[in-house]
Amino acid sequence: MKCQKCEKPANFHITELTGGKPQEVHLCEDHAREYLTQAGEAGEPPAGTNMAAAMAQQMAQQIAAQMAIGQTADELEKLDQQACPVCGITFYEFRSQGRLGCPNDYVCFKKQLEPLILNIHGESQHVGKSPKGASVASRERTQLIRLRREMKSAIAEEAYERASQLRDQIRQIEGGRESRMGGDE
Amino acid sequence: MTGNANVKLDDLTRYSGEWLRGVGPQSDIVISSRIRLARNLADYPFISRASPQDRGRIQGQLQTAIPSLADQDDLLCIDVEELAAVDRQFLVERQLISRELAEASGARSVAIGRDEKFSLMINEEDHLRIQVMESGLDLESAWDRINRIDDLIEEKVTFACDETLGYLTACPTNVGTGMRVSVMLHLPALVMTRQIDKVFRSLHKISLAVRGLYGEGSQAMGDFYQISNQITLGRSEKDLIKQVGDVVPVVIKYERQAREFLVQESQENLHDRVSRAYGILRNAQTISSEETMHLLSSVRMGVNLGLIDDLKIPIVNELFIHTQPAHLQKLSGSELDTTDRNIERARYLRRHLAQADRPDSENN
Ligand SMILES: [Zn+2]
Ligand SMILES: [Zn+2]
Repeated sequence: MKCQKCEKPANFHITELTGGKPQEVHLCEDHAREYLTQAGEAGEPPAGTNMAAAMAQQMAQQIAAQMAIGQTADELEKLDQQACPVCGITFYEFRSQGRLGCPNDYVCFKKQLEPLILNIHGESQHVGKSPKGASVASRERTQLIRLRREMKSAIAEEAYERASQLRDQIRQIEGGRESRMGGDE
Repeated sequence: MTGNANVKLDDLTRYSGEWLRGVGPQSDIVISSRIRLARNLADYPFISRASPQDRGRIQGQLQTAIPSLADQDDLLCIDVEELAAVDRQFLVERQLISRELAEASGARSVAIGRDEKFSLMINEEDHLRIQVMESGLDLESAWDRINRIDDLIEEKVTFACDETLGYLTACPTNVGTGMRVSVMLHLPALVMTRQIDKVFRSLHKISLAVRGLYGEGSQAMGDFYQISNQITLGRSEKDLIKQVGDVVPVVIKYERQAREFLVQESQENLHDRVSRAYGILRNAQTISSEETMHLLSSVRMGVNLGLIDDLKIPIVNELFIHTQPAHLQKLSGSELDTTDRNIERARYLRRHLAQADRPDSENN
């Protein structure tokens, strides 16, 4: 059987119910897709595309829309250059990738993230499960991210004295954490 | 992660996941219920800013935390970075890893329960993604299990968490519970009667997402659709599960009504379509993955409606997975280009559907 719209074989047989009697439509893959998308809603990421990538893209659009309101180009540029002191990600990098760089970004980009999060979830307060040891020195742990990053660049710059100081600081925090957790690393 | 990943994968090839067995509530329409949790270690940057050393350490920490699960499950640990492309694709087709994990670069791995009902992805979009799958509509069992796994891992590591925002994730769309609840449904009659878009629209209104499982365009390959929550913050895990769990029976009811309608209004057309699909699958000499999915979908519905009586649902479920490109290559033991795959696929289908006829050869 041939496609009703072209010469290709009709692999898709759709039963149309709108109207009186059910009617069969026979289409090739391309035309079936076209036929079915016509009824689809606009603005949806197409089914089957990489979901994570689609979401990140959607988010970038949302952030852009949100930033466009009530801010001058100058202010936007300044905001884009703002960087997280812990992981170094700039706001521009976040909004173009849709992915944050570290837990501290929720603190340092709080002003921009709050309306975005409210927009996505309709809520701003977590309800539900929390880790049992959640309150234990979370500031110290974000410090570790920064210290490791600084140590890496110190080594790259051959500032070995600075690197060894940083290593000691890292060990101290890591040691403290492990004795609290009873971990074995 | 020791041992030869290839040997382990070959081991998997011979079986099919528990969740494909076609058991569990409403399993004629609901293929599987799945829950995943996104978690990150508190003292490392998220993946986008993680150095290779960070990635290595994250993987190391999480892998030492995982053996605590080993008592309850025989775990298969696979270094995804070391895998060949076809093996990574094989795990994607089996839904044990995400496309994102397969296509990423750098240190990353997965630990899989022997029954394939759970997997732990390390260094995906988040440091850890825990996933539990159940056959049929059974979100409660999935939650009980994943909650226990999460607790056990949490005894060994510290997850990034905030009093206000809950679990912190790389993407703000997952923050809070970090939980995605999804139910995979087979909805051929809603597609045939063109009512699927209506269902989509009503689900979007209550902020649930619907996605086709394979392929592109709004007709999902094989008519498989996944319904999941979009919101992760401000509702408890139980509430999120309830929201999805409450809506699925409604969609099931619509699908059953559409099937009934097709049986009543165009019984001959329907029977003809199902029989032709079965005929092609049993006789084709070369067949694409898309056409296979499309025809298997009709056959699957035909079996459920009693229009085909010599075939069982678990076999059809398995054919959906086994006729995909990487599975075909693993099963035939050789690398195949598209042309050869289409020939091998047709051969595989002929063999397995012919055997399905004979009542004494179910266990192969
Ligand atoms: Zn056409
Ligand atoms: Zn940061």
